[in-house]
Amino acid sequence: MYTFSNKLRNLAFALMAVGFAGLVYGFLAAPKTVEEAKAMVATEHHGGDHGATTDEHAAIAAHAEDAHATEEAHAAVDDHASEAHGEEHDASHDVHLLHQLQNKPWAALYVAAFFFFMIALGVLAFYAIQRAAQAGWSPVLYRVMEGITAYLLPGGIIVIVILALSGMHFNHLFIWMDPEVVAHDKLIAGKTAFLNVPFFLGRAVFFLAGWTLYRFYSRKLSLAQDEANDISNHTKNFRISAGFLVFYIVTESIMSWDWIMSIDPHWFSTLFGWYVFASMFVSGITVIALVTIYLKSKGYLEFVNDSHIHDLGKFMFGVSVFWTYLWFSQFMLIWYSNIPEEVTYFITRIEDYNITFFGMIAMNFLFPLLILMNSDYKRTNYFIIMAGIVIVLGHYLDVFNMIMPSAVGDQWFIGIPEVGGFLFFLGLFLFVVFTELTKAPLLAKGDPYMGESERFHY
Amino acid sequence: MSNQVIHALYDDDDTLLSAVKEVRAEKHHIEEIYTPFPVHGLDKAMGLAETRIAIMAFIYGCIGFSVAITMINFIMISDWPQNIGGKPSFTFLENLPAFVPVIFEMTVFFAAHLMVITFYLRSRLWPFKEAENPNPLTTDDKFLMEVAMHGNEEELTALLQKTGAIEITVPENTEE
Repeated sequence: MYTFSNKLRNLAFALMAVGFAGLVYGFLAAPKTVEEAKAMVATEHHGGDHGATTDEHAAIAAHAEDAHATEEAHAAVDDHASEAHGEEHDASHDVHLLHQLQNKPWAALYVAAFFFFMIALGVLAFYAIQRAAQAGWSPVLYRVMEGITAYLLPGGIIVIVILALSGMHFNHLFIWMDPEVVAHDKLIAGKTAFLNVPFFLGRAVFFLAGWTLYRFYSRKLSLAQDEANDISNHTKNFRISAGFLVFYIVTESIMSWDWIMSIDPHWFSTLFGWYVFASMFVSGITVIALVTIYLKSKGYLEFVNDSHIHDLGKFMFGVSVFWTYLWFSQFMLIWYSNIPEEVTYFITRIEDYNITFFGMIAMNFLFPLLILMNSDYKRTNYFIIMAGIVIVLGHYLDVFNMIMPSAVGDQWFIGIPEVGGFLFFLGLFLFVVFTELTKAPLLAKGDPYMGESERFHY
Repeated sequence: MSNQVIHALYDDDDTLLSAVKEVRAEKHHIEEIYTPFPVHGLDKAMGLAETRIAIMAFIYGCIGFSVAITMINFIMISDWPQNIGGKPSFTFLENLPAFVPVIFEMTVFFAAHLMVITFYLRSRLWPFKEAENPNPLTTDDKFLMEVAMHGNEEELTALLQKTGAIEITVPENTEE
């Protein structure tokens, strides 16, 4: 049995405390009025500590016209672009700026909450695939995966609470939730049958309930199998895992449209569900590898050998390349067709988010590709840890790039609230996951494939 | 120097694998093994060096990558710039997304083909080459182990018999 070391528990609490303070600071520092917002932007641009954005938009005034051409979110709020007369135009721009700055702490919270939730969901999918495929190599890792998926329910509830608060107009993350916006926007008005707050939240609760239900029964059957004399629990687990995978891929897809794509309600991409899936899958597998190596370094999981780590490394490598394939497929088609309503998505990202947008490609593709290509490196804990940390941070940036541009526009910064959000949810994640690991033996000894898994060698 | 060898025929890959271990434990040199299909773990049992084809694959991929970039840059940018789909080809970087699939395919093409050719050359295989296997049964369902012999025929025969060989022969020396 694993015991949660005090050192790690204290670290988790410290991360939560620091992160919480950062988030609170973010909310307190957000401007309350248009004047405050204008003053903040003015000092920031003179202060010059706003590196990336200062270079590109030296003067906010010069940027104003530009923003109207590219920013659909703005166009939606301010539907009188055609009658753009000085005064009114400036005023609506200032309100827009205020909304962006007010969104900032919310977006920081939402990105981190979703990212850690997504890791648990990705691990759950990986776990279900192992079960449904009756994999012979991975049963030694089942308890690690079950530990990580424990975060699914708390993480999911937090995300849904944030979505519900958005629905109650505490923030402007989802502009389609604002009846004022919908009234002036034909495109969003045409989508209200799907994009309306009650249905949106109902779907979210239904999805989370489905995933949690599978997680609950699969864990129960897995524990029951430990002491069982026959393999009926294993067989049942196999069946519900196969069923879950069907449910998962449909709901995960709709979840990605709802929770991420609808932040840009004009824009759509048909492979978005897959793209988000690839991101959560690779982050999940990476976290499995990191937790496994951590537990091994503490003397647990003595039955996990370097061939298991090697296989996780292969998955990290392969799914990183798969993610890149989807990222590029989405990017190239939109870039090539150059349809205004589609291409704005990438124009805002390349203009305002250049560093995070391309930095993410280096972190999620180039780095793992070059580091994990060598077969021997995949068996070396040091390389898996190094590549793993870069992949996890890279996919945080991926979520950041998907959510921030529409939420805060060019007012983004990876500052106190963003780092705070990441640390808070990291702490919560560590606490939940390692608490769950103490609840059951780390070896799922009743699994009929356990012998094969323990003897597994490459 | 005698180039004499002894041939032991086996009818099962597991028997062969344990025979290889026993023969090597007795410090005999296994010249070659002929099998109808790849036997998992045989290379390790024989103590063969790790393959270096992975390194060559990476190098070939890099060659394909460079060739593709040079080629597409010449065709699409310097020699005959074309405006395809409203994307005039002025600079390589501007049009890079359109070239990525080509570059990717050429990288894979070079890596795969050069790797196969390397493997053929390294295994001394080419079209119309005479088969090297001493016993045609190894293309059916039998496994043949070729062990070097230095005037110790009887000792070797006994050992091979013990390991489960179904037939042991000393071929005529045909190399002269």
